[in-house]
Amino acid sequence: MTDTNSLLQTALEAVAASADERALDQLRVDYLGKKGQLTALLKSLGSLPAEERPAAGEKINEAKRQVQQAIDAQREILVERALSAQLAAETVDVSLPGRRQSAGGLHPVSRTIERIQTLFQSAGYSVAEGPEIEDDYHNFEALNIPGHHPARAMHDTFYVNLADAKAAGAAASGMSWVLRTHTSPVQVRVMEQGKPPFRMICPGRVYRCDSDLTHTPMFHQVEGLLIDEHVSFADLKGTLEEFLRAFFEADLAVRFRPSYFPFTEPSAEVDMSCVMCEGKGCRVCKQTGWLEVLGCGMVHPKVLEASGVDSSRYRGFAFGMGVERLAMLRYGVNDLRLFFENDLKFLRQFN
Amino acid sequence: MIFTQQWIREWLDTPLEPQALIDQLTMAGLEVDASGPVAAAFTGILVAEVVSVEPHPDADKLRVCQVNDGSQQVQVVCGAPNVRPGMKVPYATLGAELPGESPDKPFRIKKAKLRGVESFGMLCSAEELGMADSSDGLLELPADAPVGQNVREYLQLDDRYFELDLTPNRGDCLSIRGLSREIATLNQLSFKDLQVTPVAVQIDDTFPVRVDAPDACTRYLGRVIRDVDINATTPLWMQERLRRCGLRSIDPVVDVTNYVLMELGQPMHAFDLERLSGEIVVRQAVAGDTLTLLDGKSVEPATDTLLITDASGPLALAGIMGGEPSSVTESTQHIFLECACFDALAVAGRARRYGLHTDSSHRYERGVDYNLQALAMERATELLIAIAGGKPGPVTESTGTLPTASEVKLRPSYLASVLGMELNEEEIISILNGLGVTLVGRSEDELTFDVPSFRHDIAIEADLIEEVARVHGYDRLPVTRPVMRTQMPEASEREVALSRIRERLVAQGYQQVITYSFVEPKLMAQVSASPAPVALQNPISEDMSVMRTSLWAGLLRTLQHNINRQQTRVRIFETGQVFLPEPEGIRQPERLAGLIYGERFPTTWSQGREVVDFFDIKGDVEGLLDLGALLPRCRFEKAEHQALHGGQAAAVALDGQRIGLVGALDPALQRALDINGRVYLFELDLAAIRAATVPAFKPLSRYPEVSRDLALVLDRAVAVADIEQHLRELAGPELLGIRIFDVYQGDKVESDKKSVALGLTWQHPSRTLSDDEINVIIERCVKGLEDKFNAKLRN
Repeated sequence: MTDTNSLLQTALEAVAASADERALDQLRVDYLGKKGQLTALLKSLGSLPAEERPAAGEKINEAKRQVQQAIDAQREILVERALSAQLAAETVDVSLPGRRQSAGGLHPVSRTIERIQTLFQSAGYSVAEGPEIEDDYHNFEALNIPGHHPARAMHDTFYVNLADAKAAGAAASGMSWVLRTHTSPVQVRVMEQGKPPFRMICPGRVYRCDSDLTHTPMFHQVEGLLIDEHVSFADLKGTLEEFLRAFFEADLAVRFRPSYFPFTEPSAEVDMSCVMCEGKGCRVCKQTGWLEVLGCGMVHPKVLEASGVDSSRYRGFAFGMGVERLAMLRYGVNDLRLFFENDLKFLRQFN
Repeated sequence: MIFTQQWIREWLDTPLEPQALIDQLTMAGLEVDASGPVAAAFTGILVAEVVSVEPHPDADKLRVCQVNDGSQQVQVVCGAPNVRPGMKVPYATLGAELPGESPDKPFRIKKAKLRGVESFGMLCSAEELGMADSSDGLLELPADAPVGQNVREYLQLDDRYFELDLTPNRGDCLSIRGLSREIATLNQLSFKDLQVTPVAVQIDDTFPVRVDAPDACTRYLGRVIRDVDINATTPLWMQERLRRCGLRSIDPVVDVTNYVLMELGQPMHAFDLERLSGEIVVRQAVAGDTLTLLDGKSVEPATDTLLITDASGPLALAGIMGGEPSSVTESTQHIFLECACFDALAVAGRARRYGLHTDSSHRYERGVDYNLQALAMERATELLIAIAGGKPGPVTESTGTLPTASEVKLRPSYLASVLGMELNEEEIISILNGLGVTLVGRSEDELTFDVPSFRHDIAIEADLIEEVARVHGYDRLPVTRPVMRTQMPEASEREVALSRIRERLVAQGYQQVITYSFVEPKLMAQVSASPAPVALQNPISEDMSVMRTSLWAGLLRTLQHNINRQQTRVRIFETGQVFLPEPEGIRQPERLAGLIYGERFPTTWSQGREVVDFFDIKGDVEGLLDLGALLPRCRFEKAEHQALHGGQAAAVALDGQRIGLVGALDPALQRALDINGRVYLFELDLAAIRAATVPAFKPLSRYPEVSRDLALVLDRAVAVADIEQHLRELAGPELLGIRIFDVYQGDKVESDKKSVALGLTWQHPSRTLSDDEINVIIERCVKGLEDKFNAKLRN
């Protein structure tokens, strides 16, 4: 039976020396398979005397078990080794950037309008829009700004050349057309078409024929309107104070100053404590500690009547704000003109 | 409107602390734009007389002056060109302090040697005293200035100016008188009006006046004053007041009319009586009228312009500016004073049209009190006679259609509900009374007020409420939140929110831009020649003179701008209105446009070496159409557009309706715009792509899907979309989908052919499809495609 011993020894050595699973499989076949060497020994038991057979068989089976065990153990080692090799081979530099499309972003003016919209929509205001080439009636007349009203001089109006536009129908009606100087005409259009109560905001582009360091010929406004039966000036104060504090996420001081707009009476201009210097006085607030940010007032009865709203029953307030101004204050932009240069390096700062 | 503290104090006896006054006026709606001292802080400057002037031995531009300051005679070296013996000037004594670089660093006068000549002090200009921005010589003081007096005291320089930015409704505050009334009310002081004792009439002369435009000229007062000494000197106090309010002293007549304008808010005009002929007629301009104005400019007034005329023709643009030929000059002896009320509507906008803006037109446009003229005429006469002598004739008055005094009612209960706060009736009455609005009637729930002629901005109840609120103080009104009925917003599922569309593009790497709606005509024509854009009558500049008909113009300019700033990869989009002239008017649809340029992905270690192509931008468009599940209803059809590449341009059609374009920028245009590298663009109708389909459930099939691939060889010109569409018609109702998984053109097919591989998938809702069934369908498809498109199965 030295055969068995030496065979076992050889097999165990071979298993220990095997380098991969394939070699191990081969060893299993070679020793333990149907035609394997240990299997062959078992088959040769018949040639032994009967009384030796059990002991010899036992020994061979023991050898087979040992080989099997060794193979299993070796397999585990090999699997382990292969996995660690794989992990080592597949290790990446996790600090390298991922594979993806670049990030785009909204224009800061859009971002600001969305923010204003979100605040007012949550308070139940709807959003309305209107045409940017507007007729004189909606931009001026219906807002209580008749032909030679001095307030027209405050609006440096762009006039549209309809002869060139071949819009014969409009030209023939004698109506002059302008680039809207404010978003207030949208209010008029909404009131003309609907029934009170109204609560809405109208964001959009507006145009004034003025271009210098602090004026661009196009800018954005958000106009707001609330018309109902028992609206008061106190409600207007509350609404705008709340809005400014929500928009700037700061407990700002807010003050209302009497002012004049043809379409509101009483009218007010709204100042808030300067967000740059916290009211101490700086270049941005011209050392006053206050920033003028909104115009507002109780809607003039003539405006309500012109839009078909019964002013003896309904009243309300309107307000208007310059989006670029709010964006500049919110994000600390120091040059208005940057908004329309569309330099990607500027725009990406708001992504 | 500029006023000064001293002038106001003459009207109101109150210690007005400047900052308190600024705050008070600002919070009352009279915004103070600027305020400051009328002269810089300085000390040690006396009135002195120049006794003699000798040339400097060693410098051409310097003089050696002997100066008497009242206590001594000193030598001062002076470089001013206007220095002459006998003149009175401000003299800075040794040790005097003048304004320096900063308030805490004054400039101290010391004994000095100028080119070897000793100088004991300095003679000063207005600039050096902080009284003017620039001077070209010494400040000459009046001949009767008392030598030795402190200049600060003599000129009363401890004064401040306040510049108001008045709203157009407050024409009544464009005078010291109106402001005094306002400040008195704000401080609960009583307002003392100006008392004028009429000067006795000394001659009978009058000049005839006829008002032919009674609506435009509501009142016209005239007065002849003979033997005026036009060369008399306006007293220093008046010159100083005018100067501090921004008006230059000219001659006694102009100064007096300016003074009355500032004091009372009444514009006046003086004509040289000898240069008037016939009679004064106030009328609207007619064709052929011409006039040379005081500033030398010649105008041909439009027919809606009100004129003052005489037998010779137009004399003045009423309420705006006088004419040169009839003006008062150095040789004038007799004058005709005009003191009129022109209606605001007759003046408004006219001055601007002639490129003018005068103190007079500014006031008339905002409305002058139609009851002010008599007072102003007497005041002007009084002042003028005191300064320049003269014999006044009687005042003649011609009236047009005078406005009627108005009464306005106020319900205290309504006021309370509008302001959100009750105010006691006595306070309401007292506030309004202080403004000159007097109570004339009172019932249980209504007060009736008489509105004074200087407050034509008050016409309705809301106006009175504003006045009460304003004087009471907006800051003292309560702060509440509106109580509103709840209302569900409209949130249609059939509409894609604009924010989702933007977010989608942002996620695809697009940066939103906002470009001007007016663009350069040349670029607009290059991008889209038809329709011709709407032009502006008064553009800021030629390159912003037409309204865009496509957003591409702005996107291309933005691309250029950024390429010039070293950007190599640009992905931008914009939403906004375009302006399309059409026979029935201007259509202003909202559009969404995008542009991509440069690498497909940001260049990093792993990506970004490929540049974008047509299918990148098309994919982005498809992604937008997916938002409302519109893509299955859309077709991309080969299209032609002047701005797009002939072989890479598609029209997007939704249910057969064109809703946009996508393609490569035309290479010729790309070159014309000096852009290196391919540019791809899309523009879509925003309303069309915002339409969405509300999902409708279909039961799920539990049976297996069956797939087959078809490899076809086609003529290159055949659009794969047509193949796909035809397949959908042929492949039976159980077809789930078609996938195009390969397109090949090259050596392995004939040169005018392409090979296309499609994968088709079927699924039956209620049973398993058999191979036989599918084989029949496939045969039908192959035959159908062969018949229609000459497509062959690839071996």
